[in-house]
Amino acid sequence: MIGFLTQFGRYVLLLKKVFSKPEKRVVYYKQTMREFVNLGLTSIGIIAIISFFMGAVITLQTAYNTENPIYPKYLIGLGCRDSMILEFSSTIAALILAGKVGSNIAAEIGTMRVTEQIDALEIMGINSASYLILPKLIATLLFNPILTLIAIIVGIFGGGIAGTLAGVITTENFIYGIQYAFIPYYITYSLIKTVVFAFIITSVSAFQGYYVEGGSLEVGRASTKAVVFSSVLILLFNVILTQLLLS
Amino acid sequence: MIRVQHLCKSFNGKAVLSDISVTFETGKTNLIIGRSGSGKTVLLKSIVGLHEVESGEIWFEDTLFNKLDFKDKKKIRSEMGMLFQGSALFDSLTVEQNVRFPLDMFADKNNDEKEERVNFCLKRVNIINANKLYPAELSGGMKKRVAIARAIALNPKYLFCDEPNSGLDPITAILIDELIKELTEEYSMTTIINTHDMNSVMEIGEKIIFISDGVKNWEGNKDEILTSDCESLNDFVFANALAKKLRSTAN
Repeated sequence: MIGFLTQFGRYVLLLKKVFSKPEKRVVYYKQTMREFVNLGLTSIGIIAIISFFMGAVITLQTAYNTENPIYPKYLIGLGCRDSMILEFSSTIAALILAGKVGSNIAAEIGTMRVTEQIDALEIMGINSASYLILPKLIATLLFNPILTLIAIIVGIFGGGIAGTLAGVITTENFIYGIQYAFIPYYITYSLIKTVVFAFIITSVSAFQGYYVEGGSLEVGRASTKAVVFSSVLILLFNVILTQLLLS
Repeated sequence: MIRVQHLCKSFNGKAVLSDISVTFETGKTNLIIGRSGSGKTVLLKSIVGLHEVESGEIWFEDTLFNKLDFKDKKKIRSEMGMLFQGSALFDSLTVEQNVRFPLDMFADKNNDEKEERVNFCLKRVNIINANKLYPAELSGGMKKRVAIARAIALNPKYLFCDEPNSGLDPITAILIDELIKELTEEYSMTTIINTHDMNSVMEIGEKIIFISDGVKNWEGNKDEILTSDCESLNDFVFANALAKKLRSTAN
């Protein structure tokens, strides 16, 4: 318990350092643009591919498990849409990003720590926590919602393609299903979750990397911890946010 | 001038530095020597503020540095340059961007002036036609020289070097030592160098302190080091076979 509280205290103190006034806004702006590319744009591919196939599988599974003639066929499209919006695009995509982005952040900052690059920043009088972590936080907080929207669109598209190619639903039925009883608030709910998850992934991973001590072995361990802790926190906050936002 | 008074530092209750007092002089190459694990790096990092000390005072001229908060330390830190053991160049930046980095953060110069300063610093350390290379593409000696160029980019008053020639061949090591000495005289800096390399000691040791198990055992210069009667220092200085042979011949 004391260990947990100590770590939590260090995490809060790190965040305090991260959110202090930037030294030079122009340099931070450039750094943020670089992180948009490193952490955001490079994630579009994997999110699109996984979303496409997840949408396809959800559609096929819904179709094969609802063969009762009482159920209208368009419910397959509705099921695909709601699954993609409510859960996949935010939570599952966040777990994927915890693996890709989280390990990347922890490894990058951890390597900078063990090779004394962070010490070099401190010697120059630069707030290293803010310089290294704030641009990553801004980039993921702004870009991950875009990834969520991409995941929703591509996933539903994948569901439509798979459903029609497999002959389990017609295009008209699928489109009717994805329009049927649409609740726009679900998108807001999904985007709120995405922003919270983006904060968890980036801050927890950066924390793991920033306090690495030792060498390459410890950097590897920090990367693993970043992914594990981020994933557990994402699942925990998924429950909390769902209760808060949908009850 | 940097003055350290009664400095103590420990990790997890284990004393690493005990009651160190020393004055590092301006315009001279001040060396901290000692065996691996003797506390040299901890002392250097304590002086620059990377480690918080338990007790003692660190004075930069008339300013008590270790009692300042982060904001006030920044002013003095902008006058520091540091060369790390592993160079600590930023991997994601080119040579040119590495040297330009402190200028971008702190200098009030336009792009042309910054570019001019970068080229001057790189030329000063004999790095030519490598502006666009990344640190991973450089040799060990080149990395050290780029790190020196970055350290002097803002015309520092204080230069700190942590084992500047570790991992370098003897000829490159001497070149790095000479470069540091020249720059110290040229810019009238207070330079502190951590080393366990006796070649460096004999080449550039204008002021030397010897640390053993976190305690300052001896203080002097390169002329006095060979005639000292400090036993632990003699064990260190005459550790290798060649030195022992020379000593017995001299005796």
